[in-house]
Amino acid sequence: MAGVRALGVYRGVLKELRNLQGSEYTQSMAYTHLREQFRSNQVTGERYCRAKKEALHTCQVYLCLLETTRLHMNLHQLYHGRGERGPEEVAQLVGLQMPTQPGGKGWEE
Amino acid sequence: MLPGLCRFHGLVSRALVPLAGRQVELKLLGCSANVQRARYATPATGGLYEINLDRRKLKTPGGKLFTVPNEALAIAVATEWDAQKDTLKFYTMHLTTLCNTALDNPTQRDKDQIISAALKFLETDTVCYRVEEPPGLVELQKNEWDPVLEWIEKRYNVVIGSSYSIMGPQIPEETKDSFRQHLKSYNVWSLIGLEYVISQLKSVVLSLGLIDRHLTVEQAVLLSRLEEEYQIQHWGNVEWAHDYDMYELRARTAAGTLFVYLSSESATVKKKILQD
Repeated sequence: MAGVRALGVYRGVLKELRNLQGSEYTQSMAYTHLREQFRSNQVTGERYCRAKKEALHTCQVYLCLLETTRLHMNLHQLYHGRGERGPEEVAQLVGLQMPTQPGGKGWEE
Repeated sequence: MLPGLCRFHGLVSRALVPLAGRQVELKLLGCSANVQRARYATPATGGLYEINLDRRKLKTPGGKLFTVPNEALAIAVATEWDAQKDTLKFYTMHLTTLCNTALDNPTQRDKDQIISAALKFLETDTVCYRVEEPPGLVELQKNEWDPVLEWIEKRYNVVIGSSYSIMGPQIPEETKDSFRQHLKSYNVWSLIGLEYVISQLKSVVLSLGLIDRHLTVEQAVLLSRLEEEYQIQHWGNVEWAHDYDMYELRARTAAGTLFVYLSSESATVKKKILQD
C-alpha cells in the first residue's frame, strides 16, 4: 500500500518538474536527487519503517508545494493578472475621450 | 507644482502599501534565450551549499552570500529560481524568502524570542475556538478538531482545552513550558520555518501536527479553514477568491513545512555488508 502511494507521489513530482523545466528535466539536480532518495529508501521500506514514511511524507509535501504554486500562478494569471486600466481605457468605458492639448502640457517633455 | 505634488503623492502611497500587498516583479537580468541558464547548487566551503545563477552567486537582500546547510534545500531553492520565466515573481519563491529571513535575521531575534512569538499563538489557537451555532458547524468542529486536540494532548502530555467564550481557552503555564522545552531542541532555521507555518495556519496545534507528520499539508489547511469550507459548502465556491486563497495558503504552508523538515533532519547512510 505504501508502495502504490510512493509511486503516485514520485510520478507527481516528476510531472511538476517536467512542467517547470521542459524536456531536459532529467538533467536537473532536482531529478537526480529525487531519484537517489527514492532508490536509497526503497530498501529500508521493506518493513514498515518510520524512516521511509518520513521520506515519503517530505516528498509529498514537496509535491504539494510545486503543485499549489503552479495552480496559484494559474489562478493569478487568469483572474488577477490584468493590472489596472490606463486612463484612455477608463474614459472609453463611459464613452468619453481623453482631452488632448496641442503642443503638449507644460510639464511633459 | 500640482503635477510635482501628484508624483510625490504617488511615490508615497506606493511606498505605504504594505510589502505583502504589492506583488513585486523584476525583469530577469539580461538572459537571452540561447544562453545556457544554469541554476545549480554547489558545495562550498564548510559543508554549506550556494546557489549560482548564470555564474554569479546568489546573495540575500541583506547582501550576505546565500548559503544553505542542507543539500536538498539548496536544490529546491535552485528549482524555484529555475521556475521563473521572463519575470521574477518573488511571491512564488517561498523557500527562497524563508532562507533569506533565516540568513539575514532582519528583526534580530534570538531563539527564545522566536519561541515566545510562536507560542503566543497558543492562546488564540484556531482549533480551540468553538462556536455554538449553526449546529452543522458545531458538529463539524467537534468531529474534525477534537481528534487533533486529543492527539496533541497525548503526544506532548499537556492540557489544552477548547472554549466557547470569546476570551479563548485558558492555557496553563505547564503546557507552555513543556512546549517551550520541546521547541528549544530545534535549531534556529527550523524555528523560523515553524513560526512561519504557525502564522499562516493561525494555530500551534495544527503546525505541530504537521511537523510531527501526523497531518498532511492538505489536511492541516482544511482544518485551519474549517469554517470557510463549511460556508463554501453552504453558499458555493468562488474560484477567484476561495481557491486562490486556499492554494496560496497551501503553498506557503508546504514551503514552511519543507523548510522545517530539511533544516532539522540529518541523513546518514549505513551500508550493511552482506556476509556469506
